[in-house]
Amino acid sequence: MNRYPLWKYLIIGLALIAATIYTLPNFFGESPAVQISSTRQSIPVDTALMGRVETALAARHLTPDGLFLDRGSLKVRFRDPDTQIKARDAIQAELGDTYIIALNLLSSSPDWLTRLKAHPMFLGLDLRGGVHFLLEVDMKAAIDKTVERYTGDIRRELKAQKIRYGTIKRDGNSLTVQLRDAETLKAAENAVTRTLPSLAMSEDASAFTLTLTLKPEEITRIQGDAVKQNISTLHNRVNELGVAEPIIQQAGPDRIVVQLPGVQDTAKAKDILGRTAALQVRMVEDDTAKMAEALAGNVPAGYDLLDELTPRGPTKILVKKDVELTGDNINDAQPGFEENGSPAVHINLDSAGASIFRQVTAENIGRRMAMILVEKGKAEVVTAPVIRSEIGGGRVQISGSMNPAEAQDVALLLRAGSLAAPMTIIEERTVGPSLGKENIEKGFNSTLWGFAAIAVFMVIYYRVFGVISAISLGVNLFVLVAMLSMLQATLTLPGIAAIALTLGMAIDANVLINERVREELRNGVPPQSAIHAGYQHAWATILDSNVTTLIAGLALLIFGSGPVRGFAVVHCLGILSSMFSAVLVSRGLVNLWYGRRRRLSSLSIGQIWKPTE
Amino acid sequence: MELFRIKRDIPFMSYGKVTTAISLLTFIVAVFFLFAKGLNLSVEFTGGTVMEVQYAQSANLPDVRSRVERLGLGEPSVQSLGTSRDVLIRLPNKPGITSAQLSNQVMTSLKAGGAQLELRKVEFVGPSVGAELVEHGLTAVIVVCIGIMLYLALRFEWRLAVAAIIANMHDVVIILGCFAFFGWEFSLTVLAGVLAVLGYSVNESVVVFDRIRENFRKPSMRTKTVAEVIDNAITATMSRTIITHGSTETMVLAMLLFGGPALHGFAIALTIGIVFGIYSSVLVASPIALALGVKREHMVKPPKPKQEAVV
Repeated sequence: MNRYPLWKYLIIGLALIAATIYTLPNFFGESPAVQISSTRQSIPVDTALMGRVETALAARHLTPDGLFLDRGSLKVRFRDPDTQIKARDAIQAELGDTYIIALNLLSSSPDWLTRLKAHPMFLGLDLRGGVHFLLEVDMKAAIDKTVERYTGDIRRELKAQKIRYGTIKRDGNSLTVQLRDAETLKAAENAVTRTLPSLAMSEDASAFTLTLTLKPEEITRIQGDAVKQNISTLHNRVNELGVAEPIIQQAGPDRIVVQLPGVQDTAKAKDILGRTAALQVRMVEDDTAKMAEALAGNVPAGYDLLDELTPRGPTKILVKKDVELTGDNINDAQPGFEENGSPAVHINLDSAGASIFRQVTAENIGRRMAMILVEKGKAEVVTAPVIRSEIGGGRVQISGSMNPAEAQDVALLLRAGSLAAPMTIIEERTVGPSLGKENIEKGFNSTLWGFAAIAVFMVIYYRVFGVISAISLGVNLFVLVAMLSMLQATLTLPGIAAIALTLGMAIDANVLINERVREELRNGVPPQSAIHAGYQHAWATILDSNVTTLIAGLALLIFGSGPVRGFAVVHCLGILSSMFSAVLVSRGLVNLWYGRRRRLSSLSIGQIWKPTE
Repeated sequence: MELFRIKRDIPFMSYGKVTTAISLLTFIVAVFFLFAKGLNLSVEFTGGTVMEVQYAQSANLPDVRSRVERLGLGEPSVQSLGTSRDVLIRLPNKPGITSAQLSNQVMTSLKAGGAQLELRKVEFVGPSVGAELVEHGLTAVIVVCIGIMLYLALRFEWRLAVAAIIANMHDVVIILGCFAFFGWEFSLTVLAGVLAVLGYSVNESVVVFDRIRENFRKPSMRTKTVAEVIDNAITATMSRTIITHGSTETMVLAMLLFGGPALHGFAIALTIGIVFGIYSSVLVASPIALALGVKREHMVKPPKPKQEAVV
């Protein structure tokens, strides 16, 4: 009656072996390491690089504990933090600025475990220290920018086709082009349809106007692209910080989460991330009459009066509203020097950017072009060089009044890519590394003491059945840790709280079973039947109560955010592991202990009292 | 060892009127404080900046306060956090200043006096995020309630589902009432605790309901009244209820004692939840189910006529 078929023991055995393998990495701790990765696809992280790093380290008599390539980056492990710092400097000297070199902590679990994809639990920022940001993308700005770019495109196209037009007026998400007659209207319509098929078009034949509107799907695409571009820009900026394993993810339609584990210099991190800059190229208006009018406080329509940053301080400069080019078209930017030795920034444009640039420079020789940095809605002219000749091929050199440090700054901003739309930090959390360590310790201790107290009580109160309960509770903890390690779900402090709470609640199943067995014995049922009936009756209750708890857990997982979700993940997994251990494992142990005995006169379940009628 | 030696069923249902009255009273008191005092919502809900700094020596609070006030960042609140070295600084949201600038400004000004201190934690939450969290929290509570009710209605009976949910909400409102009355901080972690109580407390009701259903099916209980059947179910599960809650509370106590300030609110919410969870599942849910007129026929399906035909 109380025997398990072999296959059930096999399932339990296999589950325990798997759990052991995946729990193991958590016991090996972490060792200091240096992580080397590259910002660009063109610079590979490969075995050749590994060789260079090895020789550089050998030259300084530094011996790494291990060297391996993992997910596009090279990781070098060291014995102690001291060697780690020395090695970082050595590698930095060898490789220069082309690579991102970051300090990291790596699991010191043996290779065969890592090869089985067994990693230690993934700790949240509150447990290991670091910075968390939630950024919101300004979608209105993203659409504004696109509409402005379309205005420029239409103007250029009409000019190229030699179609005379009047004004281009903007109204919300639509543009109205005023034309001269039916003939130009038709020609303009053809030209725009060919070059900008993504716009919805309507014409007013009597007024000779053409109205172009952003389609709803186009707006959705712009917003999606804006978030994507901002994420890649953030990637580049975070890379400048040299953070090992940063997390940059979309969260909701217009939000981005950035997590920088282990960052100590939070001020610098905020500075670099918070640089919510967008780059624009626009033409400068040098007409003195218009300039005088603008300075008098009467800026002509279609122009902006901006500050230009010069070594002598900011001066005023009048630029056209039309955006010729944005940072989107910039592939690369490097600081350097021009032929006569003054600092310059070398820019590489993509093909679309190159053709626009050629046209703009050809039409505007002798005039000035402004590189404008828009930060938090405030636009500033970084530099406004004079166009000396038509520039083709997409290779642009900006020089002028800047020192090498400024050239470096400009290049960094251009290289990091401009943002599709400005972002604001709407949530920020910084946890110091020492606090993280303390949080782990406290969470661990409270789980440990609670667990010990419950186990002692169970053993005293239920004897052999209590020992079995305590063991299955241990298995529960074990399986839970294994699942968390296997799924690499982020463990946070509320997650640790959930482990503790789940263990406290998991004992409920064992208590239900043990009390039920006692009850059956009290009613005079023979021991073997009492075990059987006890487990059978308790099963329905365990199922019902766990399913309701699981419903609550799942709802938290779906609708919760932050700490609530961290709690819910562990809670849900804990319910599953506790059903496995309380029902299958504890029954298996009871069957092993009692199931084989034919004549069983009593059970060691701590029962001494029988009601006397 | 056996702690519970109950010979006769305890007539819980005959106390039904008294216990319902007590529940109603505590419930009304909790609601009163909830509205009169309101919850002391954490920065996650209200928006603003909270900084936690640790001094090498014990901190001079008035000095810290005057330094922060001198920055002119709105109404700051400065308090010690458990020890004399840990200080908690709260600042309201101020348009135009990013949290980055804010925390840097505060740290610079605190360090200006030559004090040795370390920034342990900064939390900044914008105003829109807070409003969203409240919305998400409420959605979670509602969905949890609907989900549980549906499951209970399917597995048991709608009267029991309604009773369990009322008992559940009673626990949650009392926890919130306690937080309002004592002015404890209500953070997202506490909300997680409250929501965990929803799942936990319904567990209790399910165990009792399960036993009630089983009792209805027992031939020996045929002659008993509904109240007697419920009394028997509660009495039979009494020892399990106490032991289970005891063990969960042991865990929660360990969290309260060893978990530090970060888990404090969570542990307190659960402690209240556990105490009222026992009470409500036994003395609130069952009397309500009885009052709703739960009967044997609701849970025991009449034998199908087919079976008779075979005989």
